[in-house]
Amino acid sequence: MQNQYTHTQSAHCENGVITNLIKSHGQDFMTEPLAFGMGSGLFYIHLPFIKVNGIPAFSFRTMPGRIFKRTCKSLHIDIASKKFSNPRVAQEYLDKLLQQDKLIGCQVGVYNLTYFPKEYRFHFNAHNLIVYGKENGNYLVSDPVMENVTTLSEVEMNTVRFAKGVFAPKGHLYYINKIGDITKEDIKTGIAKGIKRNVRDMLHIPGPIAGVSGIKYTARKVKGWREKLGPRRAGQYLGQIIRMQEEIGTGGGGFRFMYAAFLEQAAGYFDSKELLEVSDEFTKAGDMWRQSAMLMAGALRGRASEQSDYNNMHDLLYDISDVEKEAFKRLSKIKLK
Amino acid sequence: MKKGEIPQDKSTLENFTDEVIYAKGEDGKYDTGLSTGWSVKSEALDSAWEDINGELEEARKDVMNGTKSPIFYFMKKELMDEAILASYVGFMKFRVKRHFKPSVFKRIKNSTLEKYASVFNISIDELKLFKG
Repeated sequence: MQNQYTHTQSAHCENGVITNLIKSHGQDFMTEPLAFGMGSGLFYIHLPFIKVNGIPAFSFRTMPGRIFKRTCKSLHIDIASKKFSNPRVAQEYLDKLLQQDKLIGCQVGVYNLTYFPKEYRFHFNAHNLIVYGKENGNYLVSDPVMENVTTLSEVEMNTVRFAKGVFAPKGHLYYINKIGDITKEDIKTGIAKGIKRNVRDMLHIPGPIAGVSGIKYTARKVKGWREKLGPRRAGQYLGQIIRMQEEIGTGGGGFRFMYAAFLEQAAGYFDSKELLEVSDEFTKAGDMWRQSAMLMAGALRGRASEQSDYNNMHDLLYDISDVEKEAFKRLSKIKLK
Repeated sequence: MKKGEIPQDKSTLENFTDEVIYAKGEDGKYDTGLSTGWSVKSEALDSAWEDINGELEEARKDVMNGTKSPIFYFMKKELMDEAILASYVGFMKFRVKRHFKPSVFKRIKNSTLEKYASVFNISIDELKLFKG
């Protein structure tokens, strides 16, 4: 498999692994935005009670693993997946599969991933990569967020596969068992299903913290942070939002540009002018998110950290929520046949 | 965002990789482009690291003043919290927290210290003799 494998860099690891795995089975239609959209990847949630180092958690995408499961299910792809308690058994299993020339997806922790810059290595355990072979005792690794392929030694691989903490991978590996003929109709059904589910996630989850109402929840909180937490702590909270929104893996603008690209491709499949128009709405939302990140960085670094600046962030987030709400409402009304 | 507007600022990704950004090309269609980084998010990452380093300095002083054990300092150094450290050494969280007390630390068995030292990638002596 090592000879035929082509590494394609993507924005996000999970989308990238699915796309590369499916493409390697001769299905050239697969793209990162398509995987993201079929898996209903776009999301927003503000988790005030789950704190990372005392700072609340924010997410601009759905839970790790969901996109993969949904996309494969939509396309009737049979996936084999296994977790282990013993690292030695896990390694033997991986080696055996590689000898059968299979491409293997692995869940790993980032902290000990030696080819990442130190500044990015936190204890985050839901990263994904593809192992496409083994040479001289080293694993040949295709990490979707990296420009080029790389390698990990046996020890390094075992360490990252058995990272501990939240989302501990437990040696989790997965691969395509069987992939049938995928017709244009299958893809269209998958797209329609992905959109429908995303409308539900962004518009209809009860409670104030998720979806488009979650964005307004954050807006109201942001407005009060300066007073309640003081400028320094408030800056740390804002920094957390910026990083979740813009860091490597998001494709920019909190995944909104990636979703706009998905809708553009979907418009092609359905020959729908309307989908193309909604795609533009998400481009607009992505641009607004980036504008919001600039305001937040100004407050974080003390360039513009008056209460009026926090009020501006509040107003902009309210506008973003409205743009996305309208866009998803339009999506819910488009007949996808 | 248009492809020509993709920021190309200096960042810590330099010498490692460029990242993929989705943006519109000249023809108004989506495409991917590469970015070396964006100053806005570098500021967020830098400031997160300033906080981490500040906390580590505090932890060092705590060890020096005798209010915290070296285990606390090395946990911070490895960017861990009690829960992550507990899962790596295989102890309950409350036990790990107890080991932060200098008075308890003095009485910990070598076999237990060995576990911590190996998670921190240091020798048992480096752990025992750390004075802050």
